[in-house]
Amino acid sequence: MKELVILSGKGGTGKTSLTAAFATLAAGCLLCDADVDAADLHLLMQPDIRKRTDFQGGGMAVIDLQRCTGCGTCIDMCRWSAIGSDFVVDQIACEGCGVCVDFCPEQAVDFPVKTCGQWFVSDTRFGPMVHARLGIAEENSGKLVTLVRQQARQLAEEKGHDLILTDGPPGVGCPVIASVGGATSVVIVAEPTVSGIHDMARAIELCRHFNVPVMVCINKFDLNLDNSATIERMAHDGGLPVVGRVPFDPAFTRAMVQGKTLLEFDGNGPAGEQLRQVWANIMRTPAMTT
Amino acid sequence: MIISIASGKGGTGKTTVATNLAVSVDGPVQLLDCDVEEPNAHLFLRPSIQETKTVTTPIPEIDLEKCNQCKKCMEICRFRAIAVIGDTVLTFPELCHSCGGCMAVCPEGAIIETGRELGVLETGTVNGVSFVHGRLRVGEAMSPPLIRAVRDRTRAGGLTLIDAPPGTSCPVIAAMKDTDFVLLVTEPTPFGLHDLKLAVEAVKILKIPMGLVINRADMGDDRVRTYARSERIPILMEIPFDRQIAESYSRGEMFTLALPEWKARFRGLLEDIKTLVGKGAGTK
Repeated sequence: MKELVILSGKGGTGKTSLTAAFATLAAGCLLCDADVDAADLHLLMQPDIRKRTDFQGGGMAVIDLQRCTGCGTCIDMCRWSAIGSDFVVDQIACEGCGVCVDFCPEQAVDFPVKTCGQWFVSDTRFGPMVHARLGIAEENSGKLVTLVRQQARQLAEEKGHDLILTDGPPGVGCPVIASVGGATSVVIVAEPTVSGIHDMARAIELCRHFNVPVMVCINKFDLNLDNSATIERMAHDGGLPVVGRVPFDPAFTRAMVQGKTLLEFDGNGPAGEQLRQVWANIMRTPAMTT
Repeated sequence: MIISIASGKGGTGKTTVATNLAVSVDGPVQLLDCDVEEPNAHLFLRPSIQETKTVTTPIPEIDLEKCNQCKKCMEICRFRAIAVIGDTVLTFPELCHSCGGCMAVCPEGAIIETGRELGVLETGTVNGVSFVHGRLRVGEAMSPPLIRAVRDRTRAGGLTLIDAPPGTSCPVIAAMKDTDFVLLVTEPTPFGLHDLKLAVEAVKILKIPMGLVINRADMGDDRVRTYARSERIPILMEIPFDRQIAESYSRGEMFTLALPEWKARFRGLLEDIKTLVGKGAGTK
């Protein structure tokens, strides 16, 4: 079984639009949305949710004011300044380390486990999909990404899918690290802007750090041909395959408004044609064939 | 006054708004790029960097001479960053959240703290804009402590703009918390709207007044505007999709340089924000 993860570093370069288009082309794949923080793939996939499960994060400190004697040990020991002088815990600031729980001489701090999201197994017109929703302002996004990817793997094994297509989050932090480990290969969707290039370089560095093979797809390549050439040169210098150059096409937005993938909306336009080529190139890369 | 510029969805134009606003306003202004995973504001402002500093977070180091393998450190650690196996103690620095529990609980005084590098913090100036950003070390998972280190550089009393990371989880909260106003930047597409709703919920939890900038305002559909009206979130600016703007962005140029008439609009945006902060609008 193989897992292809779509990343970009910079947000808004077209990860989700391209993942959705690839889903149209990859017969019998399983979809996984690893952007649990601001998930959008479901807007194009309209998943039929078959199973929903609560995601338990860590514990959060709650002080029982009946038992609290106001000694202030917890305030002194909390490194997050999460406990006010009224001994009410700021749930947003609380890191869930539990130091206050262990050191309270009155055992007045409870530590209930918090439900901080949900994950789903769904059916879509392209195959099964595993996705999630992290609660607003919650922590543990990396944990939830790891869980979603594990569940996707398990489901793919059970149902005999040999490819998982994973839509990743932006950035290079905790949820991205959780999206990369153990993947067969990463496709970085890069746009030819100075920020797109800067962020692509960091995303490539991250994949190298975790020993995951990388390929590069340039999106909106005609917005700046010089920068597109720079991306190709950087990929070439790093020994990374460039799997395609997708033109800027307002049809992506029009397709999104209708809840369709670009290939369902306008498969014969310039972007549509390129996307088929990109997919064929991806599936021919050494990482995906060996 | 501290204004954070956030979005939910990535790539909607946070950095475009933050940098163009910074160079348009009169008087001293500070820009803190808190998108430490992928900082971009410096590519547009091009400040000369005066200070580069490594930011670390405390992690435990065990003195095996003093350790008697009582396992109290392992028991207190909720992040499984310490394991006592036989007569040795393993630490997993990348899992450590720096709570200091192990050091406090150790009865033998066998734990001291050293640092794990989170990344670097850089400060500089350009044309009256005072600039600070953080750059997360590639491979480091935790960005909030570095974001807090950047925010610690906030100058009291002046105007501070914060370029926030995308999303709605802990890094964004670290960037928006305790700011006076959140300027949300969205695009009028289904993805933009969906993630805007999440961002609005996050801002409501923090009880901060907010307003909206719609970027590439003539693409997509009208549902973002309908939503903003129903939530009574003021739309403070609309930036059209313009190939000239997109191309100047691609070259790392702030579009108010090519289209100077926009400078007055950004100054007007700041005045509108000041009025809204004065009225406490947008909070519920």
